[in-house]
Amino acid sequence: MAVQAAAQSTVGKSGADDREMLISGCEAIAHACRLADIDVVTAYPIRPYDTLMQMISKMIADGDLDADYIVAESEHSQFEIVKHASAVGARVFVGSSGVGWFYAMEALAVTAGLRLPVVAVVGNRALDDPGAFGCEHNDALAVRDLGWMLTWVDVVQEAFDIALIAFRVAEDPRVFLPCALGLDGAFLTHSQSLVRVPSKEKVDQFLKPYDRGSKLLHPDNPITIAPQVNEDWLIEIRRQSDEAMKRSKGVIEDAYRDFNRIFGRNYSPFLEEYMTDDADVVLVGQGTLALPVKVTVRKLREKGKKVGFVRLKWFRPFPTEEVQDCLKKFKVVGIIDRDYSYGSPYSGGILYNEFRSALYDLPTRPKVYGFICGLGGREVTIDGVTEMINMMLETAKSNKVDREVVWIGVRE
Amino acid sequence: MSTIAVEVIYRGIFQKTLAKHITRGIVLAARKEGKVGVAFGRYGDSPERNGIPAKQFAIVAEDDDELQISMAQYEPTQVDVTIAVDDTLCKGVESWAWYGLQPVNKLLKENGTLVVTSIHNPEDLIPHIHRKEVPYNIALVKGKTSFAGLWVYKDDHTDVRILGVLPRVAPQLFSSSSIEQMIRDEWNDDLKVASAERSFEKVQIRKVKPDEGNSETPYSFTMPGWKDMEEGLVVRAVPNGGQYEGHDGGYRPGRSPYFKKFATRTMRPVIDFTTCTKCTLCWLQCPDSCFDVTPDGYYEANMEACCGCGVCEAVCPVDKCVTMVNESEFADNASQWEMWRADKESYAGWLKGKIESRPEERSHGFHHRGQYESEKVEQTD
Repeated sequence: MAVQAAAQSTVGKSGADDREMLISGCEAIAHACRLADIDVVTAYPIRPYDTLMQMISKMIADGDLDADYIVAESEHSQFEIVKHASAVGARVFVGSSGVGWFYAMEALAVTAGLRLPVVAVVGNRALDDPGAFGCEHNDALAVRDLGWMLTWVDVVQEAFDIALIAFRVAEDPRVFLPCALGLDGAFLTHSQSLVRVPSKEKVDQFLKPYDRGSKLLHPDNPITIAPQVNEDWLIEIRRQSDEAMKRSKGVIEDAYRDFNRIFGRNYSPFLEEYMTDDADVVLVGQGTLALPVKVTVRKLREKGKKVGFVRLKWFRPFPTEEVQDCLKKFKVVGIIDRDYSYGSPYSGGILYNEFRSALYDLPTRPKVYGFICGLGGREVTIDGVTEMINMMLETAKSNKVDREVVWIGVRE
Repeated sequence: MSTIAVEVIYRGIFQKTLAKHITRGIVLAARKEGKVGVAFGRYGDSPERNGIPAKQFAIVAEDDDELQISMAQYEPTQVDVTIAVDDTLCKGVESWAWYGLQPVNKLLKENGTLVVTSIHNPEDLIPHIHRKEVPYNIALVKGKTSFAGLWVYKDDHTDVRILGVLPRVAPQLFSSSSIEQMIRDEWNDDLKVASAERSFEKVQIRKVKPDEGNSETPYSFTMPGWKDMEEGLVVRAVPNGGQYEGHDGGYRPGRSPYFKKFATRTMRPVIDFTTCTKCTLCWLQCPDSCFDVTPDGYYEANMEACCGCGVCEAVCPVDKCVTMVNESEFADNASQWEMWRADKESYAGWLKGKIESRPEERSHGFHHRGQYESEKVEQTD
């Protein structure tokens, strides 16, 4: 891993048959859908994800994509339709944001319960009320216990790349679980970066057609799915989903191996370590806040501070062993949450408590801070990150944590 | 140990309120003597389906600590009294909550009592009841099966007539005077008190020895583990059926090899093959596809698939060609067509006997549900 400032460049390097395009995160995922040759997509508008639906409809209108585009009357129907289409063998894509995603909650639960590999984008948006549309991660995180795989990306290129990986992992018969990509509202959904978009031939090497095999709902394969059961059956079914989620970790690793080979990348599947060599203190976070953190880390490294950053890429399945192996090296770890979890242990964020739980069995645990910041799409500033790191450096010396969870960038 | 457990086995929906009156009545009567208790239904039996066997329980104890031992488990593994409020349940219990056939006396303790409401005698019912390794008692509360509906309760005093016999069969529960006090407090009805007293006097109790009853092993199957169950909530279609079993020709549809019908029915169709016009209506309309096509083109209700709804009788255009007869008249699931084919003359006699057995005795099937005519006087006499 080591110091790899250049590994995750914001500008893609062009391969011979790649096209470089200046596109937003939403548009990048639309291109991934085009190259994945999706069969069914459903739409219902809510910002900030909705550019994606506009882009896909344009691709269909332009003849660049052949897919059924269904405008639903609500998010609930939007997610129900793709769930059923997935059961009959269609590669499906869908997206939403904030409370729109919540309106589909019943469909979200049954999609995971039914083991249908729906790929969704959540353009992360604060939950109403108050009416707001800036980025918070609580919307997508609400399905974290239901059998949805959850991944967050930090730049537009990665949004494109992980969309392809998501189809491959979700549709793997060892997994057959839905997957949601967290796309930070505004920062990724609306800002355009230079992205290299590979050829269809390359994508076809990586992503085989969706094959539901003997679980295909079709008159030639008479089956019933989604029966009513009682207590004599359900715990066994839950146990099966638990095993599928555990298996997904290995499938994700396989997919990254192939992806790196075919597309010439150097991704690690679960964690990106940035300037962590010999670091005493590291920040941990997910999504676009990685950029201000990386820049701050770089500045402080220039001043000789032993600081680094670890970016979490997959929240579900949570990479417990990788997190333990990585974070046990440091004296102080600060978990940044762009979410809240009122009344949780130490009133920390969702990531904070997940990471603390993962570290519990280490023989020597680092001190852990929780930093809540960037809510409602507020900027995570270099000053704010510097404030976090200074607190951690102080703790590295004193070995004391005065406040476990600190809100950063909030007006007093 | 003075915890006393009682189960009430009843027909879903049609007897739910009846079962609730009995289990509540037990706890409230015991309360008159300072005891504590709980009354509850098997959650797994709900949502109840028409006529499907279901259970409610009443548990009574001397004090809270004792009661908690019983409450710490989902339902009792042994009961002092089993109450079957429909005598066709003597053949066994099949419900939502488990699979296969559970003997009606399975949970009864040694020398416990099975209370049954029936117009038959204990000697008629015992052959239907699976044998038990230990002796027990059968207590007969004479009367027709009390079927009501989902939204109405048929107040024919079956509830108090059953409660009234409990001081006889399980005196450790409560005395007759506690039951009477409870009835007065709950219903303020002298006629109900009289019904309970009369029932206490008239109940027929008989010992059942271990060698008495149905010697068959009840049907059961093993539930698969999570590794053997198909993932993705997939249930495979049963393959198409083939010829009528044991013959060339005819047709028997594919059916689940696991889920079979036994005590689900309270009635079954008997068929007069000599008047059948082979019009196909019973076969077409049966909601459970229970009809097999015989090699000679008749339609026979297969008793492993029939749930006794009576649609076939309702749609049959021929008078008395299909007749629903109470399940207590039958000892097995044997083929009627095979019987008819083997000896048409004796089949005709058999059929006549079944149809004439007790033509007034209907139960909850299609277009027979309800029966709200008052039977109080008849039953208290």
